[in-house]
Amino acid sequence: MIEIRDLKFSYGQGGFSLEIPHLAVAPGEQVAVVGPSGSGKTTLLNLIAGIASPRSGRVTTNSRDISGLPDAARRDFRISNIGLVFQEFELLEYLDVLDNILLPYRINRTLQLDADVRERAEAIARRVGISDKLGRHANQLSQGEKQRVAVCRALVVQPPLLLADEPTGNLDPLNKGRVLDILFDYARRNAATLVTVTHDHDLLDRFDRVIDFKDFYAHRQQARVENIAGAV
Amino acid sequence: MRDVLYLAWRYLAYHRWKTGILVASIMLIIYLPVGLNVVVEQSAEHLTARADATPLLIGAKGSPLELVLNSLYFSSERPELVDYSEARSVAESGLADAIPLYVRFRSRKNPIVGTSIEYFDFQELRFSSGRPIAVLGECVVGAVAAESLGVGPGDAVVSSPETVFDLAGVYPLKMKVAGVLERSFTPDDDAIFVDIKTAWIIEGLGHGHQDLANAEAASGVLSRSEDSIVANASVVQYNEITEDNVDSFHFHGDSEEYPLTAVLAVPKNRKSGVILMGRYADDEATSQIVRPVTVVDELLDTLLTIQQFIVAAVVIVGSATAATAVLVFLLSLRLRRREIDTMHKIGGSRARVGSILLAEVFIVVILSGTLAATMTLATWRYGSSVIESLVLI
Repeated sequence: MIEIRDLKFSYGQGGFSLEIPHLAVAPGEQVAVVGPSGSGKTTLLNLIAGIASPRSGRVTTNSRDISGLPDAARRDFRISNIGLVFQEFELLEYLDVLDNILLPYRINRTLQLDADVRERAEAIARRVGISDKLGRHANQLSQGEKQRVAVCRALVVQPPLLLADEPTGNLDPLNKGRVLDILFDYARRNAATLVTVTHDHDLLDRFDRVIDFKDFYAHRQQARVENIAGAV
Repeated sequence: MRDVLYLAWRYLAYHRWKTGILVASIMLIIYLPVGLNVVVEQSAEHLTARADATPLLIGAKGSPLELVLNSLYFSSERPELVDYSEARSVAESGLADAIPLYVRFRSRKNPIVGTSIEYFDFQELRFSSGRPIAVLGECVVGAVAAESLGVGPGDAVVSSPETVFDLAGVYPLKMKVAGVLERSFTPDDDAIFVDIKTAWIIEGLGHGHQDLANAEAASGVLSRSEDSIVANASVVQYNEITEDNVDSFHFHGDSEEYPLTAVLAVPKNRKSGVILMGRYADDEATSQIVRPVTVVDELLDTLLTIQQFIVAAVVIVGSATAATAVLVFLLSLRLRRREIDTMHKIGGSRARVGSILLAEVFIVVILSGTLAATMTLATWRYGSSVIESLVLI
């Protein structure tokens, strides 16, 4: 599902940089990404989603070399193949819950909004327990409800890949469990791949595998030592 | 496209106050110069048409504009008065037909125009019901005045007293409506026309009262001599002219000195007009003769100059408002950076997201334009009558 090879990424000259020699996530795998703040976890998700482009190396997502696609094609690919969930929910305040869920269908012509989609959106909302709040705006919802709406928005296109960036970071324990249940449930039912960035180590047992960003730094450190030794 | 418009509309509807203020501002930028232009052009057309149709006006020396506005548009500003002899001398000169005008009184808001029967032929006024004025105390009502006063032939209208506390002043006169005119879309529509003598009765120059020779009035008689009877205020004075009392109405003083606000002179031909104008060229003359169209043209020149100043001011203010609107939009883009980023992140196409933002501008401009067009249409339909009622009445 996801394969990264010899990836090098940096924000401008002398800014943050990230190097990943190799990373692979199998289809249907549920993976947690952990690491210290500022280590590049969110950047990794952005690279997998095609939001950011690497300086060199290759990122293959769902069998597509996403790093080689032009911007418009990456957006088209992303909207129909990847469901994104953010820590801050990122709902549009001027849209009600149903319109927020259907947003992907209105911002890219790759997706067509029809009666089936509306029905699916309502069914997902029902499943996550917010069907009675479809006409409300974001400012009329609790934090847990907002994140459930954001998750519905990610699921409505039925993507084979879910990327969640600290989806439970702003939630209480009850809502935390509930949101994760929804994500895992969707991944299991649809054999979808789930990559979740988290700081919450209590949740790691629920994932098939944990990718720790410390490993990339250890590898980088070792490569530097070898380079110096070779030079001497 | 539907989705783009939908999202743009949802944004504008959610921020309805901001949208409303933007729409109102842009609407005003569009409407003010256009609406002003419509008003000025319509007023110019309206004023010129009536002035064009009126060859010459004679009045007391003073403001020609006041004379024209009072005589043609029945404005409440009364010019200096001329004697009735002015009308007689014009008629006797054989150079022009003379139509007397005495525009001083009102019945509520409607001007009472004292004139002669020739006025109706001159202005080509037609009757929608009833008949022309036949006897003293009758009136003919313009179409709009009849509608607003709710009167028709057989009803009555009453002249408004000028001052309530002036006992020696103008008394209200109840006048019988003889006919109602067809609508002419001129100031005649708002007027109430009476014979010039009826106007003088309202003025108090003529009156009717109990016959002092009768026994009923004896208690009011203070003294009798061979050719005069002096009575006190208990003698009944009529405030309505009826078949029974019409014979008791009479005038005091020299009718040659009775007042007119103007004499409308219709020259027999162009040459007669020039000769007539020459007669008033003398600096010593107490009267003046004016071509209404010349006076109105001067007024319009002033109006156009004022309009140009106003338009220039509106353009400057409009530019500032437009710049502010652009600034508001750009600031709003900055505030919406996160929302726009979210749309980009989840896969929104650049074109679609950009279109949504442009659609918001488009909807605001269309709404403003539609409102401005509606206001301009309303101005075109009602503007001149509003201006007339504000300026002339």
